[in-house]
Amino acid sequence: MNMIVCVKQVIDPEAPPASFKIDSASNKVVPPPGVSPVISPFDEQSVEAALRIRDAQGGKITVISMGVNLLRDVVKKPLAMGADELILLEDDAFTEGDSWSTAYALAMAIKKIGDYDLIFCGRQAADWDAGQVGSGIAEILGLPSVTVAKKVETADGKAKVERVTADGYEVVEVSLPALITVSNELGEPRYPTMKGIMAAKKKEPAIWKPADIGVEPAQVGTAGRRTRIVKLFQPVREGKCEIISGETPEEAAVGLATKLREAKIL
Amino acid sequence: MAEYKGVMVYCEAAEGRLLPIATELLGCGKKLAGDLGEELCAVLLGANVSSVAQEAITFGADKAYVVNDPQLGDYQTDSYVAALEKVVKEVMPQIVLMGQTSVGRDLAPRLAFRLDPAASMDCIDLAIDPESKRLLQTRPVYGGNAQATFTYDSDPQIATVRAKAMSPLEADPSRQGEVITIDAGLDPQAIRTRVLEKVPEEVAGIKLEDANAVICGGRGIGTAEGFKELEELARILKGAVGATRPPCDNGWVPDSAQVGLTGKIVAPDLYIGIALSGSSQHMSGCSGSKNIIAINKDPEANIFKEARYGVVGDWKKVVPAFRDKVKELLTE
Ligand SMILES: Cc1cc2nc3c(=O)[nH]c(=O)nc-3n(C[C@H](O)[C@H](O)[C@H](O)COP(=O)(O)OP(=O)(O)OC[C@H]3O[C@@H](n4cnc5c(N)ncnc54)[C@H](O)[C@@H]3O)c2cc1C
Repeated sequence: MNMIVCVKQVIDPEAPPASFKIDSASNKVVPPPGVSPVISPFDEQSVEAALRIRDAQGGKITVISMGVNLLRDVVKKPLAMGADELILLEDDAFTEGDSWSTAYALAMAIKKIGDYDLIFCGRQAADWDAGQVGSGIAEILGLPSVTVAKKVETADGKAKVERVTADGYEVVEVSLPALITVSNELGEPRYPTMKGIMAAKKKEPAIWKPADIGVEPAQVGTAGRRTRIVKLFQPVREGKCEIISGETPEEAAVGLATKLREAKIL
Repeated sequence: MAEYKGVMVYCEAAEGRLLPIATELLGCGKKLAGDLGEELCAVLLGANVSSVAQEAITFGADKAYVVNDPQLGDYQTDSYVAALEKVVKEVMPQIVLMGQTSVGRDLAPRLAFRLDPAASMDCIDLAIDPESKRLLQTRPVYGGNAQATFTYDSDPQIATVRAKAMSPLEADPSRQGEVITIDAGLDPQAIRTRVLEKVPEEVAGIKLEDANAVICGGRGIGTAEGFKELEELARILKGAVGATRPPCDNGWVPDSAQVGLTGKIVAPDLYIGIALSGSSQHMSGCSGSKNIIAINKDPEANIFKEARYGVVGDWKKVVPAFRDKVKELLTE
């Protein structure tokens, strides 16, 4: 089973909301100082999904990550978890893309790899939260896709996927090759082992430039965008919480109930 | 070349009725169509959805396109994208709206990449730019820490809309509109998936999305038993229990209880957040609530920035006393 997993380096989505800042003049997010970026959590779960399949039946896992200033410690985490190879699409031309230019570049890289049965992406990246790139890659490559998976098993040239819906899940069978996007319901990704970390240290990622995947710089990154950002802003929160206190927590609790009654909320 | 004109709403229905999100989309679509001076149409896809067309008209559609095909019985990416692609190519709407639902999340990007690649997902505000007449699409980004307004130049402009972000019109049974049937024209060979089984997660009591009171528990609740206590409070308030992601990931509550960016969207009169920090991703699913109340032992927790009333303390002490007092007040 040949598997490809697309992972993205993002600003840690679990960083405290108060640390989040934007520069409205340039419509850009300012990375919070001192907070290390991470692999987008759903992408780590995608790596886990691929590892589980390899554990069960063997195979090879190639990880692709696109961007600039990719911290090796961050993007090598999938290798430390157990993935076999890492390809970085690392070039200024690849930055600040939208769903279209990102999906296009990744699809072209996957085409170059050529030999694959399953492609995994996270259900959405934890920065722009669009959730379009997986479906976009599938459409560009002409593959079937199943999104928001919590379990993936393969047998006889098909994958059986549990797809999360609003009120449960459905079991979908899809012919391979296929693209699958993964959700957190899959379960915790494994921790890298000491051995895995050492092995990852020794592995050098392959670096691909636009020419390596047969695209013009104008087709990817900012230049390849279809959408324009008119405005990026932070919603204003009112922040007028009335704290109900008391001698004891129980007293505060009674005070809260009384207050809600007075305010006709109860 | 023919011109793209009008607003199209893809309406989801179940058991012969429009889903609430479909009525919200029609309300929003009507306003956009009005601003453009163009028509609003509804599209229904399914095995047998003709009976819903009239309801879409009562909620504001000028026309309803119906595509019935046994192969559209279950949602499947290949069949739905192909059918909707055909409708869009025939009708040529300038704007296509869908809900940010299990279906819309999957359908919109794939349709956008097939037709002409651009869509905005999970919009909470849509407006027509008075000068360019293009659609301004505002959506939360970075887990809700920021919002961005997008626009693009090609048609159709495709957007999904978050539940409860838009208001439906009053249903007007006297409204008239044309119902047009379109053949799905599906090639069975081109459908590369098969739905083997649907497994619902049964949740007793009032549905989370419909409840007037939502009691949400977070990681700090600590156990499945802890959530039983919240259920008791919910019963007294005639509400439903929700959760942040960690309690779902830990199996204390079913996954379907998750509220937030990648869970359910709730907007009750009363939301009580207990032992949860108020991450932007969670608040994305409940910040539309009328009254947000917080119970947390950490006075610095982010939830207090969004709450109207709060108590700083251990929920294990606060919740039982609160529940008893609420019960007393409500039975007076
Ligand atoms: C792309 C993405 C999408 C996501 N989507 C969602 C989503 O849809 N919904 C969602 O909820 N999360 C989502 N998350 C996760 C989210 O970022 C947070 O990790 C999560 O909401 C935190 O849950 P919490 O507040 O319960 O836990 P924590 O942040 O750990 O907070 C626990 C709180 O409990 C308090 N506490 C502990 N013990 C007690 C006690 N005894 N009494 C009182 N208070 C106590 C603590 O002070 C703390 O504030 C998403 C994350 C990403 C990256």
